Amino acid sequence: MTTTANPSQVLDDSTTLIPKKLVRARSLFDPEIVGRALKASFGKLNPVTLLKNPVIFVVEVGAALTSLFLLRDAFAGGRALGFQLQVALWLWFTVLFANFAEAMAEARGKAQADTLRKTKTDSIAKRIGSGARIETVAASQLRVGDLVICETGDTIPGDGEIIQGIATVDESVITGESAPVIREAGGDRSAVTGGTKVLSDRIKIKITSNPGETFLDRMIALVEGAERQKTPNEIALNILIAGLTIIFLLAVVTLVPFADYSVKSAGAGSIPSVAVLVSLLVCLIPTTIGGLLSAIGIAGMDRVMQHNVLAMSGKAVEASGDVDTLLLDKTGTITLGNRQATEFIPATGVTEEELADAAQLSSLADETPEGRSIVILAKQKYNLRGRDVSQQEARFIPFSAYTRMSGVDLDGRMLRKGATDAIVKFVQEQGGKVSQDLTEASERIARVGGTPLAVADGSKVLGIVHLKDIVKGGMKERLAQLRAMGIRSVMITGDNPLTAAAIAQEAGVDDFLAQATPKDKMDYIKREQAQARLVAMTGDGTNDAPALAQADVGVAMNTGTMAAKEAGNMVDLDSNPTKLLEIVAIGKQLLITRGALTTFSITNDVSKYFAIIPAMFVTTYPALNQLNIMHLHSPQSAVLAAVIFNALIIVALVPLALRGVTYRPQSAAAMLRRNLWIYGLGGFIAPFPCIWMIDRLLGFLHLA
Amino acid sequence: MTAAGILYILVYFVVLFAITKPLGLFMAHVFEGERTFLHPLLRPLERLIYRLAGIHEGAEQRWTQYTASVLAFSLVSFLFVYVIQRLQGFLPLNPMGFSTHHAPANATPMTPDLAFNTAISFMTNTNWQAYGGETTLSYFVQMTALTVQNFVSAAAGIAVAIALIRGFARKQAKSIGNFWVDLTRATLYVLLPLCFVFALFLCARGVPQTLKAYVQAHTLQGPTQTIAVGPVASQEAIKMLGTNGGGFFNTNSAHPFENPTPDTNFFEMLAILAISSGLTYTFGNMVGDTRQGWALFAAMLIMAVAGAFICYRAEAGGNPILAKLGVETTATRNQPGGNMEGKEVRFGIASSALWATATTDASNGSVNSMHDSYTPIGGLVPMFNLQTDEVIFGGVGSGLYGMLLYAIVGVFIAGLMVGRTPEYLGKKIQQKEVKMAMVAVIATAFSILAFTGISSVARFKKNGYWNPPGAATANLANSGPHGFSEILYTYTSQTEDNGSAFAGIDVNTPWYNLTGSLAMLLGRFLFIIPSLAIAGALAEKKKVPVTSGTLPTHGALFVGLLIATVIVVGALTFFPALALGPIVEYYLMHSGKLFASLMRSAAA
Repeated sequence: MTTTANPSQVLDDSTTLIPKKLVRARSLFDPEIVGRALKASFGKLNPVTLLKNPVIFVVEVGAALTSLFLLRDAFAGGRALGFQLQVALWLWFTVLFANFAEAMAEARGKAQADTLRKTKTDSIAKRIGSGARIETVAASQLRVGDLVICETGDTIPGDGEIIQGIATVDESVITGESAPVIREAGGDRSAVTGGTKVLSDRIKIKITSNPGETFLDRMIALVEGAERQKTPNEIALNILIAGLTIIFLLAVVTLVPFADYSVKSAGAGSIPSVAVLVSLLVCLIPTTIGGLLSAIGIAGMDRVMQHNVLAMSGKAVEASGDVDTLLLDKTGTITLGNRQATEFIPATGVTEEELADAAQLSSLADETPEGRSIVILAKQKYNLRGRDVSQQEARFIPFSAYTRMSGVDLDGRMLRKGATDAIVKFVQEQGGKVSQDLTEASERIARVGGTPLAVADGSKVLGIVHLKDIVKGGMKERLAQLRAMGIRSVMITGDNPLTAAAIAQEAGVDDFLAQATPKDKMDYIKREQAQARLVAMTGDGTNDAPALAQADVGVAMNTGTMAAKEAGNMVDLDSNPTKLLEIVAIGKQLLITRGALTTFSITNDVSKYFAIIPAMFVTTYPALNQLNIMHLHSPQSAVLAAVIFNALIIVALVPLALRGVTYRPQSAAAMLRRNLWIYGLGGFIAPFPCIWMIDRLLGFLHLA
Repeated sequence: MTAAGILYILVYFVVLFAITKPLGLFMAHVFEGERTFLHPLLRPLERLIYRLAGIHEGAEQRWTQYTASVLAFSLVSFLFVYVIQRLQGFLPLNPMGFSTHHAPANATPMTPDLAFNTAISFMTNTNWQAYGGETTLSYFVQMTALTVQNFVSAAAGIAVAIALIRGFARKQAKSIGNFWVDLTRATLYVLLPLCFVFALFLCARGVPQTLKAYVQAHTLQGPTQTIAVGPVASQEAIKMLGTNGGGFFNTNSAHPFENPTPDTNFFEMLAILAISSGLTYTFGNMVGDTRQGWALFAAMLIMAVAGAFICYRAEAGGNPILAKLGVETTATRNQPGGNMEGKEVRFGIASSALWATATTDASNGSVNSMHDSYTPIGGLVPMFNLQTDEVIFGGVGSGLYGMLLYAIVGVFIAGLMVGRTPEYLGKKIQQKEVKMAMVAVIATAFSILAFTGISSVARFKKNGYWNPPGAATANLANSGPHGFSEILYTYTSQTEDNGSAFAGIDVNTPWYNLTGSLAMLLGRFLFIIPSLAIAGALAEKKKVPVTSGTLPTHGALFVGLLIATVIVVGALTFFPALALGPIVEYYLMHSGKLFASLMRSAAA
């Protein structure tokens, strides 16, 4: 906040063309992150903060209790001090490991927030003061409603809306994408974000947020997880594991009178020591899921972030796993945002080849996919090779937002291609006339869902190129996967129903909404929600804002308006609507990971009973040693082995918690069967050999 | 095990399966208010009851009102039973003069704590009996207090289950039915007709139904013998069908006047599980997908069959110590072999083991053999059945709502593994449902473990009110793990509102009577209230349409999941206690050690 922007550095940054993702891909155990997490693990030992995690809090109380009895015995000259010391240590480790898991998940966010904070500089604003005088103030002094001017090279001082002018803006600070974007007054591209840089032109901006409440500030807070709240499902799961903890607390505490009776009745042995009782308790309560639960949630948000999507709450990520209906915008999601040339329709008196030639020439310097597709189509259809026009006297006219045309001036010819009305205007300016068949042809193309692109040579219209929507490769398969998972896809399009139906069928969506107005969209969402379906959608325009707010998961495009971004509960910084599918997958993965580790945690308990119960009562009832099916070599090592396994499994599962369990799109039945085998049966069996091995190791090291 | 024994058990379950659908369908019609073949006869009576009681048949209740009605009804029931018992000496139909100065010498006095325990016991559908019926209670008490409670406490349980089913079946509804209507219909259309027929059958087979005094018989050896009789058949029928289990006589269905013949034995046993089994079909029918009901039935059936065979195997195996001494323990044509201690020679091992399993699967608690005399594993099965919170068919109504709570827990844990907020029958399982299900599971665990814990170490002063001086464990008939099992079973049976006695423990002291009463109250109402709260929460929810992304809850996978949830939760909670009771006793028995009878007071 204190450094002033260094203009040269700003320019350097924006001119590098290496795309810089918002979230640096870090390996899971990045040394910097592990370092932070290790430190934080100790800070989290504070019982007051641990209270929000009841399971681990119980472990801490148990560890403290064991330590106290250890001290008492050390001074009173009690026995089995080495054993008690080891139990106490491993119990503390258990707490630390659980803290470490959470800290690991948090540290990743904190590291990213730091990176973002570094980019946040206190820039200078050119505020339009009273009497239209421009005064220079610090950005932090700007308030909502202030008007500022930004020119080439300026850092935009705060979130705002362009009220005058058009400019190219470098938004790489926010999006990580270095290619500049166009922002202009009016319409859906008027929002600018504080911290981004104007690369060209001059704009007047009305500030829409106070310092500290800007998008960048919110982004930092979100990435850091400062405002993290428990999600509904997480709370429910917490209730379950807290309930299980109470049950096991009852089972272990009542074991004292039970043991008292048994010892008196058998006339042998003694009541199990505090260390052993606490060990049993800690092994039984669901420490695995208790220790990893919050890490799973944070990691889920982090994974969303790695896809360059900013989730406003964990609740939104969780809800995306529950989505039943996806509203997908046709353009850019189902079809390639770029249409492709499929046909040349010459005007009367022009041959198809002439048109193709002119279209190709006008597109040679056009690097847009549409332009390239024209070059390719001309080459395929008429064997017109792409000519090297660089040596000739050629002047390329790039596409501009004002003219909505591009083309080339070559050998005195003025070849232009563009939207039909723009070309009509151009031709008329050149003194030419436009025949009726041009408009007819373009209307015909529009009717079947295509885009007409008119081509002109000076004052003469040559014809029309038919640009067609192309369904994205693999989209059909992905939609089929969604269907297998029980998710309906609905295509939203402004096209007429006929065209929409054709594309819908080609893409394999379940339903479509043609000639969709924002109200239609809204009604559709409400209808779905009335049937208890959760709806996800993407949107960018101000028109979309009500629907984005109504949808259970509303992903706003970063290129969209502030209103849209405010309304949605996620912002896609890449502005890629297809990402909705990934977001759904991440939401599901989050829930699956929770369920899997809970199941694992509970089924683990069986083995621990077989280790600890015979060890506890071996002196009272030697016959109970027949329950020692793992043949652990001594009661002390049996207890220790179970406690050590219980602690280590938390660390061992940290990567799984952070990465999420493997997720494949498949039906619920298949998914349940698979996960029950792995985490249910696996959780039941896995501890037996592990505890056995730890027991052997303890014996080998003469630790117990 | 013998082929006949195995066949007997299998036939039993086949017949149970066969009656499930017709009975369940009939009950669905009754509770949906549809016409049944009994309507011409009973509908006028039903209307009359509503008119007299001022019940508006169409008025629906929210879950809070429904719960308040259940609680109010239970409180009044309790007070009624308590007062009638305390006043039995002044009331008619008391030919033996109980609670008067010409009561028989061996009569048990009706103390306040015993009356309290008994009133709670019959109000909660437990039918724990700290007394012997024929030596304590007048016919008037047996008929107006106990038999009436046998009907209405069972009907209340069915009503709660129906309310919970409505919670699943309805969408965005505020109400879950009307308790008074459900109670009336359950009694009038389901319990009364079945009991009427069943009581007549029992009479025909020799079960007494009389208001005359006990019969004085002169035996061949000279002395006279008092043979207790009474209005037995009418109570016996509802005792079995309403999963009550409180016998007219102390020895319950081992008594030839309660259970005289092999066919009464079979049908009484069938009656234990009949309605609970039928309710699974009612559930499927009312939620609009009978497969859902069959899935619950399958889970229950598998656990019941497994339990029956484990118990049968253990009992048929007998006691290895006796075998070593040269006692013949294998079955032959002339003797049943195995462990016949505490079993009726008339019924043999298979039928005794099956009864012990069925009566503890359900919250019935009637016995035709003494569980205290079972082998450790044979006794473990009934005890573990109880500790699963009686969801293996379970009590009428209570078995179903208990199982649905377990289904909620199971679906919540496993349902996450399909990547959605778990849902069951289109209802999202969220905080409130999980919380309430956990309350129920914790309450029973608390009651069983805490009371057992206290009683296994408590000591009493001399001349104290609560118990004879010394340790509470001095009331036990056995030492060692078997004695521990006796306490554990006592509180388990009462908490789970079963009422069967392991016996071998003198429980008619203020200490055991009052702690037992508390256990019964906790077990009954901390299951009913959460169930109704869940019913209310579910009814308000929308119903999520079924897609391929929905966790299927009707297939083998779900049945397995449900069984695993029930067993794992039960086993994890009670393994330490069971290890110190039947499990260690089993190992000790195989190493040749038995536990002597303490013989302090004669068996209860």
